[in-house]
Amino acid sequence: MATFQLDIVSAERHVSSDQVEVLVAPGIDGEMAILPSHAPLLTILKPGEIRVVKDGQDSFIAVSGGFMEVMGNRTVILADSAERAEEIDEARAQAAFDKAEERMTSRDTDVDFERAVQQLARARTRLQVARRRRPMAPTPPTG
Amino acid sequence: MPSTKDLRDRIKSVSNTAKVTGAMQLIAASKMTRAQNMVREGRPYAERILEVLGDLAALAAKEDDELVVDLLRIRPVHKTLVVLVTPDRGLAGALVGNLQRAAGRFIQDTEGEVSVIGVGRKGERFITRAGEDLLAAFSVTDRPRLDDTVTISRMLIDEYAAERVDRVVLIYATFITTVVQQVTTQQLLPVEPPERGEGDVAKLQQLDYIYEPSVTEVLASLAPRYIETQVYHGILEAIASEHSARMIAMKNATDNANEIVEDLTLDLNKARQESITAELLDIVGGVAALEG
Repeated sequence: MATFQLDIVSAERHVSSDQVEVLVAPGIDGEMAILPSHAPLLTILKPGEIRVVKDGQDSFIAVSGGFMEVMGNRTVILADSAERAEEIDEARAQAAFDKAEERMTSRDTDVDFERAVQQLARARTRLQVARRRRPMAPTPPTG
Repeated sequence: MPSTKDLRDRIKSVSNTAKVTGAMQLIAASKMTRAQNMVREGRPYAERILEVLGDLAALAAKEDDELVVDLLRIRPVHKTLVVLVTPDRGLAGALVGNLQRAAGRFIQDTEGEVSVIGVGRKGERFITRAGEDLLAAFSVTDRPRLDDTVTISRMLIDEYAAERVDRVVLIYATFITTVVQQVTTQQLLPVEPPERGEGDVAKLQQLDYIYEPSVTEVLASLAPRYIETQVYHGILEAIASEHSARMIAMKNATDNANEIVEDLTLDLNKARQESITAELLDIVGGVAALEG
């Protein structure tokens, strides 16, 4: 199957670089799938899950927003931060999620609400992505 | 002539100093390598975001001048904000002095008001002592994450957006090689996107990119990211410079201490031989007197 080059970089590190078949990313106006020879595109990304298909195998990456540029047969994702599913410690992601939820619901006026919402969204994505790699996890319908 | 005991004490004390500076040299070397790796890891992102920024700014300017986002708009400069990145601690050779001198000169040469945000204690103290306006002071760790520096960049963007300042400049040391650190003055705001020629713009238009949601919105969202990246990278460069300067300073200190130990050891040997010679003379003289 035809492939294209996908580079995922963040300000802190080079996250991954690979030849892939399909990429599904959380665009600002909704999820979008990129296949080889896609038209040139530049979009803002929302926090969410990136799904990559390589050799028919799915893999997942959590991003907390950023940009995606598609040009010819090369796609670059400039992520605010990005983590591959296998890099995320599920127990810690769960702890972060619980903490974010607690902050959201607390009546403490010191809590920056907008920030708490963002943190919660980010924690939820990471948790979701971390769970993806468990073999027993139910796989959602693809395509 | 100092006694052999005095010499022995001094040798001991100097070699202890050499041990301390030697250890500091090794620590600085490992921290330097780490900071350099962090700079390298982040480079692809920084380079790409700069390119995209240049393309978008050129496109936006071409289509309609009104489309240019606020962070890129140039306005008359009444007040300048300087972000001075320095180490927290000294023992880094001439680095701190060079940074302070550069900052002092910049403030002097700038027309209009100047405020300073100090990142690192050395710069903060310098500004307070010089009686300049210190707007805020930050301290970062040796291994900053992007999140740690975002507080600083957000503050710069807020000050600029609220028109409390009209220009923001970053002063920091760039890591050139292990022995060379260069003090760099870089304009952050208004953002200066890389220049694009007519041909480049035509080519971009021909490629017919799809922008979601739109050129201006992508640019407006990209510009603050670019500032965050620049601040983060400036700080990483500064950390790499600090540790390389400290490593060299400590290497020199260790070498000097070892040299002193050698000299003192020579003196000690001489002093010991002299006292032995003197004692021998005494004994020989005594025997001669008895026999006489």
